[in-house]
Amino acid sequence: MSTPAAPAAHAAIEQIFREEYGRVIASLVRRFGDIDVAEEAAGEALVVALERWPVDGTPPNPGGWLTTTAGRRALDRLRREQRRDAKHQAAQMIHDDTPHESTGPVEDDRLRLVFTCCHPALSPEARVALTLRLLGGLTVAEVAQAFLVPETTMAQRITRAKAKIRDARIPYRVPAETDLTDRLSAVLAVLFLIFNEGYLASGGDEPLRDELTGEAIRLTRALHTQLPRAVEVTGLLALMLLIEARRATRVSRGELVPLDEQDRGRWDRALIAEGHALVRACLAANRPGRYQLLAAVNAVHTDAPTAADTDWSQIATLYDQLAAIDPSPIVALNRAVAVAELDGPKVALALVDRLPLTTYHAWHATRADLLRRLGRSDEARAAYDAAIAATENDAERGYLGRRRDQLGP
Amino acid sequence: MTQYFLSLPHDSAEEPTMESMQEMDPAALQEIFAAVDGFNTKLKNDGAWVFAGGLHPPSAATTVDATGDTPILTDGPFVEAKEYLGGFWIIEAPDLDAALEYAKLGSKALQSRIEVRPLQEERPQDES
Repeated sequence: MSTPAAPAAHAAIEQIFREEYGRVIASLVRRFGDIDVAEEAAGEALVVALERWPVDGTPPNPGGWLTTTAGRRALDRLRREQRRDAKHQAAQMIHDDTPHESTGPVEDDRLRLVFTCCHPALSPEARVALTLRLLGGLTVAEVAQAFLVPETTMAQRITRAKAKIRDARIPYRVPAETDLTDRLSAVLAVLFLIFNEGYLASGGDEPLRDELTGEAIRLTRALHTQLPRAVEVTGLLALMLLIEARRATRVSRGELVPLDEQDRGRWDRALIAEGHALVRACLAANRPGRYQLLAAVNAVHTDAPTAADTDWSQIATLYDQLAAIDPSPIVALNRAVAVAELDGPKVALALVDRLPLTTYHAWHATRADLLRRLGRSDEARAAYDAAIAATENDAERGYLGRRRDQLGP
Repeated sequence: MTQYFLSLPHDSAEEPTMESMQEMDPAALQEIFAAVDGFNTKLKNDGAWVFAGGLHPPSAATTVDATGDTPILTDGPFVEAKEYLGGFWIIEAPDLDAALEYAKLGSKALQSRIEVRPLQEERPQDES
């Protein structure tokens, strides 16, 4: 189907296809009640688009075109199967009782599918994989690469999850109001996990994976559009935008750059403004939650013209609030970083040493920094070594190695 | 509608078994029976009830293997495991969320974990 003259056109079409994939799949899943039917039909629609669009031009509403074309293909397929197996066909068509619509309700379809993909009856790994595959439009190979597992493993994981959705009848439905908060927290956890993997890759060649942070932001934004009054969604979107705003300054010459050394002039002002506006909306709602508080911490950082201007007491207060909701050692570690700025590294080190995080690279890195500031070079060196051993991210290793080598005797 | 198999794993160390229930305080036992009765009544009233049963322990089991020429009978379960099936319900529910809600009620009533598995759909009958 591809001609040598058209690779650029094809790349552009594939880009549109990927952007529209979640909407197309979600709409087809609602209509046909079957993920495999939806995926096959969407794939066929792409083939048709690759043939037609370079000749006829890109349609004004590519997403609608893809959905309509894929819907026709799915119907054709089901009709062919109907002649072979009337009963099977009848079962498939039971779900096709809703009129085909192409604008408003499509967004609702995506929302339904997010809740399906992040259903608590699926393993957390399966939730992440399905969300990226079905809503993010990543290929199985790309999802596998993002999580550093072999493609066959990822393919099995996705196939098994889809089979469970089908066989156990995990519904395509936005949960009832009474369950929404719990179910939403599973969705937000998946989106934040995807974002974090992009923000600081746990391994591999790329320290940052823009496609994952971008995907997570896109899906969270869609969720926020659908659920504007769910403040934790607002908080998560704000958090992602405020972290994303610093992306260009986070790595320099292959090394991670810590917050206090970043060139603040290169932070993305538009993203920061949007993030701050969302944080203000959260404050107005006055129902603080985990993501809102983390967003507020990042709002304080991005508010400071220089690192020295950072309002550490406000950050410590926010972490206190967070610890009340989420008394995890990781929250305590982050709080200790603020305490170091307020009460000195000695007080902070006493807090850090109590935490059961000896396998966590950031715990070692924080200890190393505090020991360095206390002039305890030998201990700091050992802590830097432990931090380097505990991370697979080369950019982070680069930064930690430099700091270690700068230590005095 | 899909049928779901709700099963009770019995772990002799922690969960109540037929034997250990004999030794329980009769009042506590009565409370569990009442809770399970309430759960069963709810299933029936909701139209979700298909069938249910409690099983005697694996020591009462006989395993039959007629896959070869001569059927072989073995005293005991087909797999010796720390956990074994203690009882079950078969319920009918529109989707997994509904089945999980019933499982939560059953788990609370019996003070035991419950596994939820869908039954395979009936194969379509041959036409005429």
